[in-house]
Amino acid sequence: MAEQTAPADIRTTEGAPPEHGAAVDKTDAAVVRDALGVGIAVGLSGFAFGVTSAGSGLTVLQTCALSLLVFTGASQFALVGALAAGGNPLTAAAGAFFLGVRNAFYGLRLSQLLALPRAVRPFAAHWVIDETSAVSLAQPTRRSARIGFTVTGLSLYVLWNLTTLVGALGAEAIGDTDAWGIDAAGPAVFLALLAPMLKSATERMVAGLAVVLGLGLLPVLPAGVPVLVAALAAPAVLYIQGRRQADTSITSTSTSTSTSKSTSQSTSTSTSQGADR
Amino acid sequence: MNIWIAIGVTAVGCYAVKLIGLLVPAGALERPVVRRLAALLPVALLAALTAQQAFADGRTLVLDAKAAGLAAAALALVLRAPFLVVVAVAVVVTAGVRALTG
Repeated sequence: MAEQTAPADIRTTEGAPPEHGAAVDKTDAAVVRDALGVGIAVGLSGFAFGVTSAGSGLTVLQTCALSLLVFTGASQFALVGALAAGGNPLTAAAGAFFLGVRNAFYGLRLSQLLALPRAVRPFAAHWVIDETSAVSLAQPTRRSARIGFTVTGLSLYVLWNLTTLVGALGAEAIGDTDAWGIDAAGPAVFLALLAPMLKSATERMVAGLAVVLGLGLLPVLPAGVPVLVAALAAPAVLYIQGRRQADTSITSTSTSTSTSKSTSQSTSTSTSQGADR
Repeated sequence: MNIWIAIGVTAVGCYAVKLIGLLVPAGALERPVVRRLAALLPVALLAALTAQQAFADGRTLVLDAKAAGLAAAALALVLRAPFLVVVAVAVVVTAGVRALTG
């Protein structure tokens, strides 16, 4: 699933009026068309997950259970990768969990935008992912946001699970998936999700430090743990930046510059690319 | 059994964070530093996962056909190829290098 495609869309809609801002009269059919475009394109990527998961040694049932119950792509890929590397189930789950944390921030936006009745929220929650958030937040009205969320969620959920099943069955049928290079799908997926996020020096610094930590600690720590330690690259870089900004604002007494700098950084975290097309 | 435990914990955890977002009052998680961290956390995790899955076999570091596949995927990304094409390129190049090098 094209996990990281959304943030840019979301942030652009915050700062500036959305592209369709003028078209307040956007028809329901147009919303459905947009939503189906995203749902179908990304839903097909479930095939890559099914193949990777079955190739990593999970059964077809386990693979399908992940797509049905977890339904957030990067976390699913991370979990099967960690299990294949021999990680213990809890460290493997922890890595997948941290990748899913961003969905909470989408939910914050969506709950105001969609204004769902309390009784509906537990069901809608399962569909709170990058793609549904991106489509919903780009809509001009509450009605179109609700349609966008529902159509994207439904089409993506159905297709993602169907293609997961097909991919898993396919991988089982061909047997030695490594001979077919299937083990390269995992890292390629992560790279495709990561690439559009590397917008500013901050992101690149975090990524570089995480690679060094992840690879450097691999031989010395139990499987699955190095990834969790590598996650600390994020707070570490933020901390260093915070100190640097504090220093500059003290010396130059231009606090306003450093504030505006940090705002512009936070708005340029990532951009839409790749999987949702 | 271990795999089912991992699946169960991940499913519950990932569902819980999705639901929390919809349930907590707006503004509760809106502190700038929290948002920055939430945006950077996936960057760190994805970078580490990419590197490990490409250059590690269990707990040893390796340089094999997957590196060629990943390089091809990076090139496809630079050329703005769609998601599935990027993945397919990595798979095909890796398989090709393996077939050639035996």
